[in-house]
Amino acid sequence: MSLVALRGVAKRYATGTLALEGVSLDIARGDFVALLGPSGCGKSTLLRLLAGLADPTAGSLSWQGTARPEIGFVFQEPTLMPWATALRNVALPLELAGLRRRDAEARAADWMARVGLAGFERSYPRALSGGMRMRVSIARALVTRPPLLLMDEPFAALDEITRFRLNDDLLRLWEAERFTAVFVTHSVFESVFLARRILVMAPRPGRIVAALDITAPSPRDGAFRTSGEYAAQCRTVSQALADAMAEAA
Amino acid sequence: MTWLRLLAPAVVALLFLACWEAAVRLYAIPPYILPGPVLIAQTLVRDWGTLSGSLLVTLQITLMALAAAAGLGLLLAILFAQSRILALSLFPFAVILQVTPIVAIAPLIIIWANDVTLSLLICAWIVAFFPILSNTTLGLNSADPNLVDLFRLYRASRWQTLWRLRLPSALPYFLAGLRISGGLSLIGAIVAEFVAGTGGSASGLAWRIMESGYQLQIPRMFAALALISATGIAIFMALTLLSHLLLRHWHESATGGH
Ligand SMILES: Nc1ncnc2c1ncn2[C@@H]1O[C@H](COP(=O)(O)OP(=O)(O)O)[C@@H](O)[C@H]1O
Ligand SMILES: [Mg+2]
Repeated sequence: MSLVALRGVAKRYATGTLALEGVSLDIARGDFVALLGPSGCGKSTLLRLLAGLADPTAGSLSWQGTARPEIGFVFQEPTLMPWATALRNVALPLELAGLRRRDAEARAADWMARVGLAGFERSYPRALSGGMRMRVSIARALVTRPPLLLMDEPFAALDEITRFRLNDDLLRLWEAERFTAVFVTHSVFESVFLARRILVMAPRPGRIVAALDITAPSPRDGAFRTSGEYAAQCRTVSQALADAMAEAA
Repeated sequence: MTWLRLLAPAVVALLFLACWEAAVRLYAIPPYILPGPVLIAQTLVRDWGTLSGSLLVTLQITLMALAAAAGLGLLLAILFAQSRILALSLFPFAVILQVTPIVAIAPLIIIWANDVTLSLLICAWIVAFFPILSNTTLGLNSADPNLVDLFRLYRASRWQTLWRLRLPSALPYFLAGLRISGGLSLIGAIVAEFVAGTGGSASGLAWRIMESGYQLQIPRMFAALALISATGIAIFMALTLLSHLLLRHWHESATGGH
C-alpha cells in the first residue's frame, strides 16, 4: 500500500523554469527511497511538493487516507535557531504543537540521546560541530515521530568520516522506527548504502528516468560498504545515471 | 585584547589632553578663547551644582526619548512585518520624518506641544526612532527562509512565528539600531533644547552652553560640552554591553572580534 502516489506532476516556477515534468511515482509505506540526480534536476522541488511547502502546477499527489501525514524535514543546512540551545531546538516542533515546555523538553532529551548527543542539551548550535548540528536537526525532525521523513542532501556538506557515521546512525534509526524515508542525494555511493529503492532523475525538465531496487542485506553496516555486492550495485546505479545524463544532453 | 581596547583609546585621550594643556600654557592662550583641560575640570567641579542638575534634565529627556523610540520603533516594525500594505503606505512617511531637519520642525512642535518637556521629548524621539524602525523591519524579514518553511511545515500560527522566529532573528538588528539611536536621542534632545532656548532651573546642558556663551564663561561652556560627550559615550557603552549580554551565546557580533 503506497503512502503517497504522484501522477503526472509538473512544477513551473514564476520565473518560467520548468523544474519538474510528468513525474509519476509511488512511495510505499516504510520504504527508504533515494532521489538521485545532478544538481538542478528538481530534487529539492520534488521534496518541497511532498512536504506541502509548494504546490504542483499540474498533476496530483494523493495520500493514503487522503490527508498529508505529519512530516519531518531535514535541510541541507542544519537550519537551527542559533539563539536556542540544542534541546530547545529539538523541542520546537512539540512546543509548536502546543505541548508544555517541560514535557516537550523531556521528549526532546530522549531524542538527543537517541542521536548520540546526550550531554549537549544546553549547548548552543555555534558551539557544536557540523556533524553534531546535523544530528540535532535529525532529532528535531524525528521528535514528533512522523510517519514520513524528508531529507534534502543532509550530509552533503560534511566530511566523509562524519558522513559515514551519520549514514550508519540514520539506518539504525530507520530500522528501529520504520518511518518512510525520502532522501535526496547526488552521491551514488550514499544512495546505494541507504536506500531500498533509488529513483534516478535527469534535468531540463526534471523527471524520473529510472527506478532501481537495491537488494542488499539488512542491517547494512561497515562490512556492506566494502563488499563486492555494494560495489556491483554502485556500478549499476552509476551506469543508470550516466545513461540518464547522456539522454538528457 | 579587551585590555588593549580600553588602554589604547585612553592613552590617545591622555596624550591629546596633555598636548592641549601644554599648548594653552606655552602660547598663553586666554581662557575666553580656549581654556585648558585643567581649568575645564576645575570649572566642572566648581559649578557641579548647576551642571549636574542640567545633566539630569538632559539625561532624562534622552533616556525617555530612547525608550519611546525603542518601544514605538519595535511596535511599528512588527506591524509592518505583519501587513505589507501597512508597511508600503506608512514607511515613506517615516522616511520623510527622518530626512526633515529637526531644527526646522522643532519650533512648530514646541508651539503645538505647549509644554517644554513634552516638545523636547517629541523632537528627540523623531531623531532617534528611525534607525530602530528600519533596522528592526529589516531584521524581522531576514529570518532564515528554511526556518520559515519549517514553521510552516509544523503549521505554526502567525503569533508563534513572530514570537519564536521573527523577533529573535531581529534582535541583533534591533540592538544595532538601538546603539545608533542612543547617540541620536542625545543629539535630538540637545538640538531641541537649543531651539527651545528656555532658561530657568529646569533647563538642560544645551541651555548651560548658550548661557555660558552669553556670559563669555568659556570654561563652563567646555565643561557642559564635556558632560554631553561623556553622556554620549556612557550611553553607547551601556548599550554595547546590553547587546553583548543578549547575544553572546549565538551571534557573531558578540562572540567574534569587534
Ligand atoms: N524558487 C525558485 N524559483 C525559480 N526557480 C527555481 C526555484 N527553485 C528552484 N528553481 C529552479 O528549478 C530547477 C530545479 O531546482 P531544484 O529543485 O533546487 O534542483 P536540485 O535540488 O535537484 O538541485 C533549477 O533550475 C532551479 O534553478
Ligand atoms: Mg537541491
